[in-house]
Amino acid sequence: MASYSTNEFKGGLKVMLDGDPCSIIENEFVKPGKGQAFSRVKFRNLKTGRVIERTFKSGESIEAADVVECDMQYLYNDGEFWHFMAPDTFEQYSADQAAVGDAAKWLKDQAVCTVTLWNNQPLSVTPANFVELRITETDPGVRGDTSGGGGKPATLETGAVVRVPLFIQTDEIIKVDTRTGEYVSRVKE
Amino acid sequence: MLSQIRRFFEERGVLEVETPSLCHTVGTDPHLSFFSTRLNKPGGRPGGTFYLQTSPEFAMKRLLAAGSGPIYQICKAFRNEESGRFHNPEFTILEWYRPGFGLDRLMNEIEALLRVLLAGTPHDGKGQRLSYREAFIDHAGIDPLVASIDDFAHCAQTHGLGDARSLCGEVASDWLDFLFTHLVQPDLGCSGPCFLFDFPACQASLALIRPGLPAVAERVEVFLRGIELANGFHELTDPCEQEQRFEQEQQERARTGRPVPAKDSCFLGALRAGLPDSSGVAVGLDRLLMLMTGADHIDDVLAFPVGRA
Repeated sequence: MASYSTNEFKGGLKVMLDGDPCSIIENEFVKPGKGQAFSRVKFRNLKTGRVIERTFKSGESIEAADVVECDMQYLYNDGEFWHFMAPDTFEQYSADQAAVGDAAKWLKDQAVCTVTLWNNQPLSVTPANFVELRITETDPGVRGDTSGGGGKPATLETGAVVRVPLFIQTDEIIKVDTRTGEYVSRVKE
Repeated sequence: MLSQIRRFFEERGVLEVETPSLCHTVGTDPHLSFFSTRLNKPGGRPGGTFYLQTSPEFAMKRLLAAGSGPIYQICKAFRNEESGRFHNPEFTILEWYRPGFGLDRLMNEIEALLRVLLAGTPHDGKGQRLSYREAFIDHAGIDPLVASIDDFAHCAQTHGLGDARSLCGEVASDWLDFLFTHLVQPDLGCSGPCFLFDFPACQASLALIRPGLPAVAERVEVFLRGIELANGFHELTDPCEQEQRFEQEQQERARTGRPVPAKDSCFLGALRAGLPDSSGVAVGLDRLLMLMTGADHIDDVLAFPVGRA
């Protein structure tokens, strides 16, 4: 397996730490004028999302992680696994609840999302930053209210619940920012 | 910055000097990596290995021993394997020496210079003076002068720095560096320069050791916004002790598999001839410029950082 030395560490590099795949967030070279050189490194554990800080002797090496990110099409959920397909190879992958996590509430059939593979197994799923989804249920709107103040909850076709302005109606399609879970705009059909 | 520095020393009667960047030997600091090259004489005859200086201190002390009086220099220094937010392998040092000064007077002068250079920046607050021991007890909760390796390890553990043991092993000085850089340094000099003095004797480098229980090194470091800005000594003048420290450092370099340069015989000769009682300090000018301009990375204050040099 390949390995990386501290002088190759940079943001985004995928490495193994305590048996888990991690992504390097930042690497700071620390060297007192009269002392030993260290690398202070911040990692994100790609399984748990937790941020870990570690110090290495300058020049030390750690194992690389076989982690790749692929754009894939979401196919269906069989009740236990979410199934995805790589559009170039047509190869299918199944991801469990731990890998899909919160992304599940934004996944609509055919939607393209980013699947992170570790040793060719889905490790995490990231939906597109913006998705367009139909509203299945919301309280009747107040026509003419365009102020956006207040708002009301709306349930989307994937089950997600977002706050929308009062004038939005059931069956309308809206654009949502999946990073914040916030309503962006109405989408004309 | 450079013209302000030159005016400051001119007003104080300190002579500007130049010493070689390329020398026949180089400092034996166990943690420094240097650049070396081959000198060829005219016609290509080999003239031996030469080194780019990691600091001008030996040459400047030779001038002091020769009776130069107070001197300063603005020069490039070279340290291999050092690149990062606060490091570039080629960097600029301001170094000056004051015969007859103890560490207190030197600190006063450093503070006066910083006041000139940092005026109008967010860092022009009053300087703070703190012993290494006080700072360590305040921020790490441990007495650095008497603690054992087990105490250091326990301290690291309680601060969530469990990986320290494998990095520092049984070397007290490495433990001190590790705990200092992680727990103490980031908090030093929030609003104005922090002068840290009386270092543990094992971190004396080229400073006088003041006997006592425990003995401390007459060394000062200056920190601002957690950045190490300057390092000064009440200089060691005893040639025998200097030679012993060279030999210890050479052994340490050999133990850790680093190349071992020869002791600087010209420098030792100058000490034998008599170095006046002096204090001296080196200031990292690139870092100072970062603080003066609010730059976040050393590359932002260099015309051509090493990646584009």
